[in-house]
Amino acid sequence: MSETSLSALAAQLAGKQVSSRELAQSYLGRIVALNPSINAFITVDAEKTLLEAAAADARIAAGQAGPLTGVPIAHKDIFCTDGWLTTCGSKMLSNFVAPYDAHVIQRFKAAGMPSLGKTNMDEFAMGSSNETSYYGAVKNPWNTAYVPGGSSGGAAACVAARMAPAATGTDTGGSIRQPAALCGITGLKPTYGLVSRYGMIAFASSLDQAGPMAPSAEDCALLLNVMTGFDPSDSTSLEREKEDYARDLDKPLAGLRVGLPREFFAEGLNNEVAAAVDAAVAELKTLGATPVDISLANSKLAIPVYYVLAPAEASSNLSRFDGVRYGYRAPDYANLDDMYCKTRAQGFGAEVKRRILIGAYVLSHGYYDAYYLQAQKIRRLIADDFSEAFKVCDVILGPTAPGTAFKLGEKSDDPVEMYLNDLYTIPANLAGLPGMSLPCGFDAKGLPIGLQLVGNYFSEAKMLNVAHQYQRVTDWHARAPEGLK
Amino acid sequence: MKWETVIGLEVHTQLATKSKIFSGSSTAFGAAPNTQASAVDIALPGVLPVLNRGAVECAIRFGLAIGGNLNRVNVFDRKNYFYPDLPKGYQISQLAKPIVEGGALKIVVGDTERTINLTRAHMEEDAGKSLHEDFHGMTGIDLNRAGTPLLEIVSEPEMRSSAEAVAYARALHTLVTWIGICDGNMQEGSFRVDANVSVRPVGQAEFGTRREIKNLNSFRFLQQAIDYEVRWQIETLEDGGRIEQATVLFDPDRGETRMMRSKEEAHDYRYFPDPDLLPVKLDEDWIERVRATLPELPAAMQARFQRDYGVSAYDAAVLTGSRALADYFEAVAKACGQGKLAANWVMGELSAALNKAELDIVQCPVSAAQLGTLIARIQDGTLSGKLAKQVFEGLWEGAGEVDAIIEARGLKQMSDSGELEKIIDEVLAANPKSVEEFRSGKEKAFNALVGQVMKASRGKANPAQVNELLKIKLQ
Repeated sequence: MSETSLSALAAQLAGKQVSSRELAQSYLGRIVALNPSINAFITVDAEKTLLEAAAADARIAAGQAGPLTGVPIAHKDIFCTDGWLTTCGSKMLSNFVAPYDAHVIQRFKAAGMPSLGKTNMDEFAMGSSNETSYYGAVKNPWNTAYVPGGSSGGAAACVAARMAPAATGTDTGGSIRQPAALCGITGLKPTYGLVSRYGMIAFASSLDQAGPMAPSAEDCALLLNVMTGFDPSDSTSLEREKEDYARDLDKPLAGLRVGLPREFFAEGLNNEVAAAVDAAVAELKTLGATPVDISLANSKLAIPVYYVLAPAEASSNLSRFDGVRYGYRAPDYANLDDMYCKTRAQGFGAEVKRRILIGAYVLSHGYYDAYYLQAQKIRRLIADDFSEAFKVCDVILGPTAPGTAFKLGEKSDDPVEMYLNDLYTIPANLAGLPGMSLPCGFDAKGLPIGLQLVGNYFSEAKMLNVAHQYQRVTDWHARAPEGLK
Repeated sequence: MKWETVIGLEVHTQLATKSKIFSGSSTAFGAAPNTQASAVDIALPGVLPVLNRGAVECAIRFGLAIGGNLNRVNVFDRKNYFYPDLPKGYQISQLAKPIVEGGALKIVVGDTERTINLTRAHMEEDAGKSLHEDFHGMTGIDLNRAGTPLLEIVSEPEMRSSAEAVAYARALHTLVTWIGICDGNMQEGSFRVDANVSVRPVGQAEFGTRREIKNLNSFRFLQQAIDYEVRWQIETLEDGGRIEQATVLFDPDRGETRMMRSKEEAHDYRYFPDPDLLPVKLDEDWIERVRATLPELPAAMQARFQRDYGVSAYDAAVLTGSRALADYFEAVAKACGQGKLAANWVMGELSAALNKAELDIVQCPVSAAQLGTLIARIQDGTLSGKLAKQVFEGLWEGAGEVDAIIEARGLKQMSDSGELEKIIDEVLAANPKSVEEFRSGKEKAFNALVGQVMKASRGKANPAQVNELLKIKLQ
């Protein structure tokens, strides 16, 4: 347990060694010092943060504190936050102050966790490097010449740089796990439907899922306890009994069957990443786990399927940004059509426009069957592969991303190269399965390497157990970038 | 060449739920602009739809009422297009798997009864309103209506005249109000009709090219628009022209249809299943619970009226024009035990008075019990038909109960034959010429004498009795 782990911070707050206000102030100070070089935050509002911290202190003093009351957290700028600018990383929403709280934000407020600000992200969560943000790229705290991953790049970077003890993220094709891997932190995408999507600005509704990002699996378990729960405002939210995701953290791993999908260790995987993942498997073996060879044969189709389905949904989800009711509107236009065209041409960035075009194309008359319907069928096959695999293993393990962080600008001109970064993460989204990334080493350049776990539906507690046991015997997750003071 | 008209109707009925189909906002009509538009209705970033079960229940009621097939799993799709009063940039509707498929509706045109088959009925949300007139150089957007639940009901192209189309639209209007799923208010847009119209040479199997007349909000406009459109299409074809598939609007002031958009300008709506909503599952329990709350339906009631009260098919159709009218008629018929007479009064005197006063049957000042008593008084000989009309006027004015009005106004039919004989004697004495004519074989003169006697009795004489006594006196 590091001194900035959530349970340590909560203990210090409970023991009155520190106040929530002091804690918030110290993190805000770090943000002021480091954010100019990292650009992890779009909006910081110390006054609002400190007010929330003061309220948390009052709750603690009144003996009404929950497990994490007073511990501050940063929120991805995709969550509508009452009274806060909520941009989704886009010029389109650069003037949008949300008039309501997303369900996730409501839950963190109810838990008494002050918000440290809104983190930077790829525009409308479309990107794997955080370079598509209207607010500029986020820099990787381990080396600011490198990307932090995306789309929750600001969240991953602010946690890695210890500007926040934890952050929320969202994951449509790997947007929590890939930046967690590239920034050396732990991040979890829950089973689809476990966390309400209400108030989370939609990218691809059938894939989007919010989750926690923090240094350790234990932290993530505590955050997941806050975030999950049925929400009648989200029709895809699952109505099931509340669980304690920390309950199995300390279980031994004896007898655990770890599935290693052949396809995730094949061509395209960087050698240093492969070596680190192999070492992690060896470590788990010493903890009592048994590796099992499995196949996810259809996962090679995950990227093309994803780049049909996600843009299809996005092209429709983003239609509401039309300049009529809120958000950006082009200053000069001749008529209604001109207003729409100019507003959307000026308000959206290149990657968002590319995906809207792809999405509109695959849904259009004459192409729907060949693209959209076909992709839905393959999506089913990909999910079936996982069901088969979970007959012989308890958790699936592999690399989170094919490589470590790449240089800013290195892949921004080649969308397909960029899309390949999500090769291993997308299948879990398509199947609706939970997945997480945890640090398992560093490459020769000193950049973090991520290990991915994919569990069966609702097996978050099991995955967190595996990750926590691994983190008890390793310290990759506890390391922080040296250069940042 | 002889032409045949082919018509299919698409009717948008606004479902009578208190709140919207995907949000909790009120659906009440007439509120100040945008006061009934929630975060979901104005499509703020991040909001999500939640289906109103009440709207589904309305659709189930309709499916059961028309004997359609209820899809146990039906799916909401997104219909994508940009318009300022469509906040999300898509409308949530049902394309591939609507809630209702099939079913049929009986219509009566003149003496002919026909069955019109339905294609489908699906749930969808309404858009808001664009207010083009109220703001100089700008368009106002009112999103109060956005998200109001609609059931779009599509018929097969089985109607062959504007009269049939109107009869179908009326029967559908009756049904949806009858089963309580729509208030039927056409002025407020609760029941809007689109008519697909084409013509073809009689005997040709294939349909001609159709044009769709949008948004007809009265039965009269429906008739006028179809009649104009049919004339226009026939003239165009006979002049050697071609009909292009198009959407047209009816201009009631000029009585013409005019082009709104051609097929080339038609949108590609890029339909796909809405990932924010789960498929709607209808379990048998739910369907049976809804079925149990359905009232007797117009078709069943028409058959029963013909059987139990001896009214004609046409009368039965008129009497079941609304549930309130049917209930009223049945209460009158039961109160007086005279089905046909009750039908004549309800469709005659009563309907005329209501029309004149522009009142609906539910606002009728004469209760069914009162009208029943009135008819009973005709039957028992207390009143003649003519006197009964005077009593009816009294009832309409609220002058009291039937017997009290008869008493107060002295409208009782003369039953004392001595008194009547005295009047007849006086009339015969005063009209020797008529008596003479009758005796020389002119039947008409007899009627003149009856009239004189009725006049002298101030209408209170029983006409049958007058006839009888006159005949005896003149022998």
